[in-house]
Amino acid sequence: MATEQKHPIKKVNIICAKGAIEDVYATLVMGNGAVMEGIETNLFFTFFGLDAVIKRRMDKLHTAVVGNPALRLPGGMRMPTLLGIIPGMESFTSWMMKGEMAKLDVPPVSEFLDLITAGGGKIYACRLGMDMFKFTKEDLSEFVTGILTVGEFYELAGGEGSQIIFT
Amino acid sequence: MAQKTYAGITVDVNEEGYFNDPSQWTKEIAEEIAKEEGIVLTDQHFAIMEFLRNRYKSGDPLSIRSINHSGVIDVKTFYQLFPGAPLKKATKIAGIPKPASCV
Repeated sequence: MATEQKHPIKKVNIICAKGAIEDVYATLVMGNGAVMEGIETNLFFTFFGLDAVIKRRMDKLHTAVVGNPALRLPGGMRMPTLLGIIPGMESFTSWMMKGEMAKLDVPPVSEFLDLITAGGGKIYACRLGMDMFKFTKEDLSEFVTGILTVGEFYELAGGEGSQIIFT
Repeated sequence: MAQKTYAGITVDVNEEGYFNDPSQWTKEIAEEIAKEEGIVLTDQHFAIMEFLRNRYKSGDPLSIRSINHSGVIDVKTFYQLFPGAPLKKATKIAGIPKPASCV
């Protein structure tokens, strides 16, 4: 990889609108990676993505076992949709996913937010999403910097070398 | 393979300046690399670099999370000690290869 880039990315603004494990982690891994590279980082959680910054939910995320054609059983066989409706299957699958990630030193959501903000990354919640789901400030993790409207988000995202990423 | 001379010692580095052979590293060398990166090393820097070198030697992946669990410093201090890209800078100055981890 070249050490000198002509147009380096100086700022990333990542939007997370979905609340499954893989959706939230895509945002967190990319966000933390940016912070570690010294890139200014803003993470914006909206709609179901808000679960990632809601204290009582953030470490209890699930992954979909129904309607997820990429989901495989141990051994590589596709998981039949009908198996997904068995009670406890979603919890079990989610528990396994988290276990595999922990082996790779991927932290739980709350710890991830701690790491990102310790490096100067900023975490925001969406005003509309908060109102829609009737969340209040007290529901939010201590690592959330603030609640933004769409307009405020765009103001924040401005600047040369800034990118908006929707995961 | 590129070579660089720090503190009068010639060492093997890759094209990005990371050491190929961590055993060639000394504290005097570290101070000169740090100077290139605009950092003046303190005891805290050396303590966390020792942690990173030991972790590398035992084959454990270097992640930002491992710093928090190091018992040496927390991540916030780590970012302050090596501003910008801390894990990359710290490993470079500590004379070990660039970390290949995504977290």
